Amino acid sequence: MSCLNSQATAMMCPRGMTARIQIALTVTLFAWAGAAMAQKSSADSIAEYRTMLQDGNPADLFEAKGEDLWKQKRGPKNASLEQCDLGKGPGVVKGAWVELPRYFADTGRVQDMESRLLTCMQTLQGFNAEALAKTPFGKDEQNNVTAIATWISAESKGMTFNLSQSHVEERKMYEVGKRLFYLRGGSHDFACATCHAQDDKRIRLQDLPNLTKQPGAANGFGAWPAYRVSNGQMWGMQLRLNDCYRQQRFPYPLFGSEATIALGVYMGVNGKGGDATAPAIKR
Amino acid sequence: MNRIDALIVAVATTLLAACSTPMPSGAELDKLTQDILARSFRAEGQAKLERISPDEDNRLCAESDQTGVALDAKVAQAIEARNMATIQPPKDGKFLGDWKQGEAIAQSGAGKTWTDKEGSVNGGNCYNCHQISQEELSYGTLGPSLYNYGKLRGVANPNSVESKPIVEYTWGKLHNARAYNACSNMPRFGHKGILTEVQIQHVMALLLDPASPVNK
Repeated sequence: MSCLNSQATAMMCPRGMTARIQIALTVTLFAWAGAAMAQKSSADSIAEYRTMLQDGNPADLFEAKGEDLWKQKRGPKNASLEQCDLGKGPGVVKGAWVELPRYFADTGRVQDMESRLLTCMQTLQGFNAEALAKTPFGKDEQNNVTAIATWISAESKGMTFNLSQSHVEERKMYEVGKRLFYLRGGSHDFACATCHAQDDKRIRLQDLPNLTKQPGAANGFGAWPAYRVSNGQMWGMQLRLNDCYRQQRFPYPLFGSEATIALGVYMGVNGKGGDATAPAIKR
Repeated sequence: MNRIDALIVAVATTLLAACSTPMPSGAELDKLTQDILARSFRAEGQAKLERISPDEDNRLCAESDQTGVALDAKVAQAIEARNMATIQPPKDGKFLGDWKQGEAIAQSGAGKTWTDKEGSVNGGNCYNCHQISQEELSYGTLGPSLYNYGKLRGVANPNSVESKPIVEYTWGKLHNARAYNACSNMPRFGHKGILTEVQIQHVMALLLDPASPVNK
């Protein structure tokens, strides 16, 4: 993580944030060294490494960028997102994330945070939501969507998940999400459930949350958006699911597609009562 | 109609619509899932859309996983029988290759994703789920430990008559695990073309060769 090797961070360096980056970098290096020296079990070392990184989570930088973007007048309509309705009324951000995905009457569908942001960027700012959805991860406006999602999630940090299941469309999406979670496919016959339906399992040394119930569901679902140290990138839930499907050897899930939203409903509802820890930091 | 009246009508209509729409049946939800699946993915690289049309074995196992209702014994036997029928013995008659190459295959998780080049060499992903040699500490726990696999099964000489059943079983398990356990989570390495016959021979040696670190 540095101004030199992270495109997104480099973009922010001229905005007087170099001091924060240096602090984050110092903490990162210190944690790396600490993890290497520790004579403990690898799981303990990883947990300690994450705790140390938490103080200097580079997600803070994306969070600050996201808040700026929310308030900034942008797009063809030169408007801010401050009137965006994330489910709790126009402009209400705090607590919105722990209730998403949810049904929205204006679009007539269940939406997660990222797909809802595209709706707001289209209706309020005049962007083309379809074009935004087709933009590859890590490019152009997709970076902004990730940053805004990071800030929105951070505004619910420490709150507990409470997704609605009162609308029939929300209940339908839960049932579809459950079916998708267990769907075996691809060249390797993998389902989400292959790795994420049992307690206390791991892949290599990586612990696998059981996403079918608490506490695994909130631990897994509630941590994204997260900063990934291994590649120096900020990942939203859409990219997290996209990379799961890549590793499952499935075809490419469309950004904001119903399948990804249904999985969000399934995990979020299963995580009811669990803590929202996003934006988290991952290996 | 003033604005408040209009709002009340709008809210009431929405609520009525929400309450009066019944929850679809299980079969309708299965159909909706298939429709959503068809609308939610695109082909990318070698990961074509046909990969999300599950075969009958996967459909039955997924339904059992999802509902928590175990497969009917006859259905499970039928799945195992049709997968058993896919298993081919080695063309050159040799079950074991080189354990060193087997270790490299077990270590590799490469292949078959949309970011892998089509036709590139695939790995076996073995360490993702299994402990294998004692030297490799970074192993997963989704599958059972395979450390001392051959030794525990008394394989002193893999070419002996006594070892034949376990050697043939292991070959079959690597080729198509669903022949022995209808809804196993293990990929069907031979049947689905993930590993070549030569690669399976190397992984066989890793598990069964008395010289392999697995059996030390």
